[in-house]
Amino acid sequence: MTELVYLIPLMPLISFLVLVVSLGKLPKYLVAMLGVGSIAISAFIVALLAFEYFSQINPEPYIVTIYTWMQVGSLKTDVGFYIDGLTLTMMFVITGVGLLIHIYSSLFMAEDEDYSRFFSYMNLFVSAMLILVLADNLLLLFVGWEGVGLCSYLLVGFWHKDEANGAAARKAFIVTRIGDTAMALGMFLLFMHLGTLNMQAMAQVASQHWSVGDITLTIACLLLVGGAVGKSAQLPLQTWLPDAMAGPTPVSALIHAATMVTAGVYLIARNHELFLLAPTALVVVGIIGSLTLLIAAFAAITQTDIKRILAYSTISQIGYMFLALGVGAWSASICHLMTHAFFKALLFLAAGAVVYSLHHEHNIFRMGGLRKKLPVAFWSFMIGSAALAALPFTSGFYSKDLILLAAAHHGGIGTWFLAAGLVGALLTAVYSFRLVFIVFFGEVKTEPDAPAGWLMAMPLIILCGLALLGGLIIVPVEDVFPKVAEVDHGGPMPYVIAAIPIIGVLIAYLIFLKQAFSFTFFSESAIGKQLIRFWYSHWAMDWLYDHLFVRPYSSIANYNKKDFIDSIYNFLADTIWVLHDYATTLQTGQLRTYLLVMVGGLVLLIAVFLGALLS
Amino acid sequence: MTVIACMVILFIGGVIAWLAQAWNKDWPKWVSLFTCAIVAALIFPLFFEIPSIIVPVLGTPSYWIELVDIDWIPRFGIGITIGLDGLSLLMVMLTIFLGFVALISSWTEIKERSGFFQFNLLWTLAGVIGVFTSLDLFLFFFFWEVMLIPMYFLIAIWGHENRAYAAMKFFLFTQVSGLLMLISILTLALYGANQTGELTFNYFELLDHQLPPDIGYYVMLGFFIAFIVKLPAFPFHPWLPDAHTQAPTAASVLLAGILLKTGAYGLIRFTIPLFPTASQQIAEIAMFIGAISIIYGAVLAFAQTDFKRLVAYSSVSHMGFVLLGLYAFNEIAIQGAVMQMVAHGFSTAALFMIAGAIQHRLHTRDMRKMGGLWHDMPRMGAIALFFIVASLGMPGLGNFVGEFLVLMGAFQTDMLVTSIAALGLITGAVYSLIAMQKVFQGSSEEKRNLIDIGGRELWALIPLIIGLIWLGVYPQTIFDRVDPVLSSLFQHTVNGGWIGSGL
Repeated sequence: MTELVYLIPLMPLISFLVLVVSLGKLPKYLVAMLGVGSIAISAFIVALLAFEYFSQINPEPYIVTIYTWMQVGSLKTDVGFYIDGLTLTMMFVITGVGLLIHIYSSLFMAEDEDYSRFFSYMNLFVSAMLILVLADNLLLLFVGWEGVGLCSYLLVGFWHKDEANGAAARKAFIVTRIGDTAMALGMFLLFMHLGTLNMQAMAQVASQHWSVGDITLTIACLLLVGGAVGKSAQLPLQTWLPDAMAGPTPVSALIHAATMVTAGVYLIARNHELFLLAPTALVVVGIIGSLTLLIAAFAAITQTDIKRILAYSTISQIGYMFLALGVGAWSASICHLMTHAFFKALLFLAAGAVVYSLHHEHNIFRMGGLRKKLPVAFWSFMIGSAALAALPFTSGFYSKDLILLAAAHHGGIGTWFLAAGLVGALLTAVYSFRLVFIVFFGEVKTEPDAPAGWLMAMPLIILCGLALLGGLIIVPVEDVFPKVAEVDHGGPMPYVIAAIPIIGVLIAYLIFLKQAFSFTFFSESAIGKQLIRFWYSHWAMDWLYDHLFVRPYSSIANYNKKDFIDSIYNFLADTIWVLHDYATTLQTGQLRTYLLVMVGGLVLLIAVFLGALLS
Repeated sequence: MTVIACMVILFIGGVIAWLAQAWNKDWPKWVSLFTCAIVAALIFPLFFEIPSIIVPVLGTPSYWIELVDIDWIPRFGIGITIGLDGLSLLMVMLTIFLGFVALISSWTEIKERSGFFQFNLLWTLAGVIGVFTSLDLFLFFFFWEVMLIPMYFLIAIWGHENRAYAAMKFFLFTQVSGLLMLISILTLALYGANQTGELTFNYFELLDHQLPPDIGYYVMLGFFIAFIVKLPAFPFHPWLPDAHTQAPTAASVLLAGILLKTGAYGLIRFTIPLFPTASQQIAEIAMFIGAISIIYGAVLAFAQTDFKRLVAYSSVSHMGFVLLGLYAFNEIAIQGAVMQMVAHGFSTAALFMIAGAIQHRLHTRDMRKMGGLWHDMPRMGAIALFFIVASLGMPGLGNFVGEFLVLMGAFQTDMLVTSIAALGLITGAVYSLIAMQKVFQGSSEEKRNLIDIGGRELWALIPLIIGLIWLGVYPQTIFDRVDPVLSSLFQHTVNGGWIGSGL
């Protein structure tokens, strides 16, 4: 089986190439067959590979080297794959959820004139994402890393006739590129000291080269975290994700919920050996996660756009994953990554179904009472939101439970993380059921079309199942990560963790459905208005960055548009012209002037000579 | 002899093309195409030859595919010394390849004095090939001038609205810096004659007697400045935006694609091996200039409204990586710099070709008057997207390999300067994506009937696409070819010794 591994990223890549070369001239059913079929084949190979991998008694990682990519001086990098439980989990999510989203898209995008372009980008994305998780070295990982960033750019700006979409796409690319640059510097630093970029070798050499807490390693790890926060939309680089909702909804589901945005989590988890040697960097990861999950949760509560609520919830949930990494709960983090992929893809696709039936209406306050009209979307939202809020017995509950218990167990700063996580859990329940109650209950505000066909319903139903029961899947990463001491389940903590989401749902129920008490005393007060506006604008971060970076950069650039260096040379040229003009005035053509100048010059010379002789 | 034959064929082909104009004004371009085809047929097979001529340089052997040494002016020790090693061959191949691209891109553009146009085109190519293969400093200087004059005519006669100014500026910058180099060459040769009693301009012999450091530094500066003006590096870049913008498409392709590389080539072949000590003294400054060029070029590119000017400033930025890489004196960075030379040649040539194609259709280079071109010309949009993405350093394509290796190697020499230079990855993305937006995305109110790029242009662009993918996916093709050359040229300067590419 291992000799076929290269086919996993290659199938979608081939489909991409065929779609590009055909220049959109293929009939739509062929495009869909290629686009969906290639992912299906990859998913099938992943399944076979996983089956073979786990039928080993003591699963050994597969190492597959395709060829030597670069060999320059001390740098030797292969196009090589490393497959263990973590890789397989990621590939399962990418190809599995990816396949469902592709099926869904084949109907969702059916009316679009650029059907073929859409599937070509989606296929390229899946291919790049697979390379990212398969890579055995950081440089190849970086290929996938930038590749998914490119596809994100292309798909966010998919409807490029609208200038705003282009701006959102650029923002997504450039903000993540800032992180990527940090990551590149981290790679340089690691290579400089370790002499390799192969992640397994790096882990080995690092433990000999550095002692725990080494400052260089800490810097290198923090630079990698820079890349991770860019891709995974964490503080301070999370501002691009809400805008990225400008893309088609399946894109948001696949890229900006299930797969690409979790790449940062994968990067840190994959290099956990390095991070274990740099505890400070890990603490920073935990702090970033805790802060981000709170900031985004507050922002989510105030949004009115159905997709933006989900976007902020994604940022918030990835915050939980970072928090888990920060306390060394590696497998809990990956578990939440997987369950989050299920329920968030579900929520986005369901939101897409709602938007699809409501003629591109995004504002939740113009929706309402859709429970009866769109039953599949309704139940998808119920289940997805329950999992997102981590209500007991959903997949989200299992994974979030693991994270919060690990934080509790960690002690020290973990207690702060736990507190943030608990507050976040309450907010999550409130904002997710706020959405459900406003959109699906109450009176009908916009009459929906008939629900979409089975191609869109089927993926939703499967994802419903996964969102409910996905927590039962045991993430096969116990051989990847160091053994964590068994968490003590005693005490009141498990009950608190289970109770908080239920309280949150109740609060949402009382405020948004029953309207048992109103918030006007808060939302109408001066400070309340300010605060809500502040949260709504994502804590004014866009404003801040705009004034701090974007505007200064463009004004400096525009100020120097004409290139001041050029004017120096032009000044030189102008001076020569002026001297030239001056010199030409001497050339009068009058004999008497020449004579006068000659005699005058002679007299002057003689005077100077005489003066020199006499002195 | 192949190289000399190529140059002679190009010179003669140029004359025939000029004469052919008298019969039919369509003939010159066919003469040109035929000439280039012959030259390509002669040169390209050499790529598979193993360099077998061995010349000792400073005690270590250097390997040559071809080496010709004929007396020219024996009195002054000037010879026609033409040599071809892995590096020269690579650059000559790039020249011929981009010669084709330039020819195809100007196929319908040039209507007036087409014969003289082709003459200048072919003579420029011949001059550039001479620069890339001369191993006699006097001969090198001769070719340095030969490639300048026909290029001057190309800009001054077939250029756009402000061509006279741009051509003169190009001429003056190159000429003044060339003069500095001439002084340096003469000093070097005369000093050698003082020592050995025999005047010679032969590269190998001059390599053997090094100047004392104090004089060496100033003599080196003459070469250094001449080459970084050509590169161009901050603050010697102002000739480039004007020349590139005003030049006809074919000349822009040649300028950006190969003429800039002669500067980088000069640094590799002459400045650094002839003055290893002085080069190390100036290394930090050179790296800093490289980093500044990267950022400065990118910031200026961002502010431009003229599409060609934007691409021109992006060249300043990209060539900054070459300077940074070479003077890091780190094996990885040096290999990266050479890769960057080739990849930038491909990507910028294509971008200028696209800019020219747009100007040909819209009669403007002003990006504010574009927008929504993807809708009118989806094929051109997709191809432009590819090259813009390549030039912003997307992994899997050649430019990434170049820039990444330069940064990775330079980081080991100077973390601070390299970190500044790495910001170029961000600023590069900013101007590239803005250009994509302004030109191809968005929508346009006016209805335009534009013809999407077709067969002829695709014949030039598709090989460039394949080339960039190849460089990105299997860069070892280049590394292996230039490895022995670089290891010999940098043997006294590289930090930590040359490990080699494992060939």
